[in-house]
Amino acid sequence: MARAVTTQHKTIATVAAWIVALLIFFPILYTIITSFKSEQEAIQGFALIPSGTFESYTEVQAQSGYFKFFFNSVLLSVGSTILALLVAIPAAWSMAFSPTKRTKDILMWMLSTKMMPAVAVLFPIYLIFRDTGLLDSRIGLMVMLMLINLPIVVWMLYTYFREIPGEILEAARMDGASLWNEIIYVLTPMAVPGIASTMLLNIILAWNEAFWTIRLTTTDAAPLTAFISSFSSPQGLFWAKLSAASTLAIAPILIMGWFSQKQLVRGLTFGAVK
Amino acid sequence: MKLRTLTLGLLSASALAFAAHAESITIATVNNGDMVRMQKLTEDFTKANPDIQLNWVTLEENVLRERVTTDIATKGGQYDVMTIGTYEVPIWAKQSWLLPLDKLGDDYDAKDIIPAIAGGLSVDGKLYAAPFYGESSFVMYRKDLMEKAGLKMPDAPTWDFIKQAADKMTDRANGVNGVCLRGKAGWGENMAFLTAMSNSFGARWFDENWKPQFDQPEWKNTLQFYVDLMKADGPEGASSNGFNENLALFQQGKCGMWIDATVAASFVSDPKNSTVADKVGYALAPDNGLGKRGNWLWAWSLAIPAGTKKADAAEKFVSWATSKHYAELVASKEGWANVPPGTRSSLYANAEYQKAAPFAKMTLDSINAADPTHPTVKPVPYVGVQFVAIPEFQGLGTTVGQLFSAALAGQSSVDDALKQAQDAATAAMTEGGYIK
Repeated sequence: MARAVTTQHKTIATVAAWIVALLIFFPILYTIITSFKSEQEAIQGFALIPSGTFESYTEVQAQSGYFKFFFNSVLLSVGSTILALLVAIPAAWSMAFSPTKRTKDILMWMLSTKMMPAVAVLFPIYLIFRDTGLLDSRIGLMVMLMLINLPIVVWMLYTYFREIPGEILEAARMDGASLWNEIIYVLTPMAVPGIASTMLLNIILAWNEAFWTIRLTTTDAAPLTAFISSFSSPQGLFWAKLSAASTLAIAPILIMGWFSQKQLVRGLTFGAVK
Repeated sequence: MKLRTLTLGLLSASALAFAAHAESITIATVNNGDMVRMQKLTEDFTKANPDIQLNWVTLEENVLRERVTTDIATKGGQYDVMTIGTYEVPIWAKQSWLLPLDKLGDDYDAKDIIPAIAGGLSVDGKLYAAPFYGESSFVMYRKDLMEKAGLKMPDAPTWDFIKQAADKMTDRANGVNGVCLRGKAGWGENMAFLTAMSNSFGARWFDENWKPQFDQPEWKNTLQFYVDLMKADGPEGASSNGFNENLALFQQGKCGMWIDATVAASFVSDPKNSTVADKVGYALAPDNGLGKRGNWLWAWSLAIPAGTKKADAAEKFVSWATSKHYAELVASKEGWANVPPGTRSSLYANAEYQKAAPFAKMTLDSINAADPTHPTVKPVPYVGVQFVAIPEFQGLGTTVGQLFSAALAGQSSVDDALKQAQDAATAAMTEGGYIK
């Protein structure tokens, strides 16, 4: 009896999970379906079976070369993530292993910067970028993306590092390890899963960032967010082309996410069960 | 042999030096059919000007507006040519943000630009932006449904006729709505339509002293007529319909009439995308016999920001893109029907264009019927037919647009919407220092 209830519960839970997952994924799925329709099919109303034309993809590629934007997206997301880790690992290490009375407040303060609407600082940032010659430069944008995601990276790493017993580090120190050796040979190997999932999440966040990447670039540093934006039109129906552009822009990150989902889930739920 | 090597070396060195001198100009533009076509045809320009390279930045209209405004206000210098509308040109020119276009070349023939359009792009008689394509608004209607209703659309209909025709054409059982109009909130969405419509009802945004006029009977008549018409004969969920939504409805045969941009004519008459391509007729925007029609005037134009360091190259490009030569180039490659409309009188005198574009005459008549410098029945202190060319209008227009959209959706009454619009406009004008 008990087993029957459990099976029933499991089935209900599975079906519910599938429904929720489909609901969440449906807009993306429909975008992909629409990208294989002709423009006329796209406006004709709801239909799940496309005619399977590649017309939109050819036109999107002809209208504005995809690969330049793709290359910038890869460079910006990976570059900003590496920069962020370089800053965040030492920061999280000191907060986790030598906390002071105010560590929690500092963490909260860092997170609070994420609560401000980005547009509030558009002008100051734009002026700084203009005066330092960083407008439309990859380096400038990399630093910007690093700064945006830094609070989340520090928080995630801090949560991971706290899971590592301080005694192990102490033991290493007793054996005469220098600070550098301690971080490289003891802390990092133990924190690799945590660092990996932080990295993945940060790459996804940087890849999808659409406020600054559109506003601080023109041609040279423009990533895929600018590519999608160029297919949106107030006059004229280009839904199939817009869908094709969106599909091309999300495909790489979707594939990467699929292969690394275990790490991602672990990263996002870490410390949740205690 | 040595001499040959030396010559080759010198030649390649000079080629390199030449390439290093090639100037690249960055052009910010919107994504619409005419602009995309231009990007494909730029080889014609770069062949004639090998020392100029073109970089394109295509953005969604609202993002473009925000980007170029930021750039021009901070003199960021990111763009050398900007695509801007009739709303921005007078404001930006007065701020000295744009360079006057006085070196467009001897064969440019600026006098050929349609006067109504040129007027909207000039300040103190100087042209600050060259029109790439111009548009007004007019009535597009289904000839077959009109015939079925036993009516004949006059060339210049009244609003009463539109109401009568819409009532007769509406056939909800078959999914036909008598009339489709913009309802989506936004200064460039429903307020473009409603402001133009209000002109024909004798309404105005402000009196000569900048006092908001939403408490006057003319605005009440406009909004009440619009809401009643849409409730009786408009499509479901009209308060979220903009240009694209109505275009889709019309192309699928779900609208008897649609009053919107003249540029839509080329979409609805295109058999590739429209199921009603051979059944569309055109008429001037309606009026109420007060001397003004409910049509607007807009031109996507190319302007050069004052912050550019490549003004000469930029002006060369602007001249090419808006020239008679460009119209001929498009015609030779893609046919006359695809030439950007609404900018040059000579295009409308061209017999081949008239043959290829059945809506040509009505488009020109509509453009000529709009007067941005005297848009309303009563006098006003502002320029602009479907907008008020002051910096405050973007924000205020969208706020009022939201109020009117809510009235259309039935969330508030016409009287409430007008009262709130009056309050919002009074607050914005007071804050802007126009009134005390």
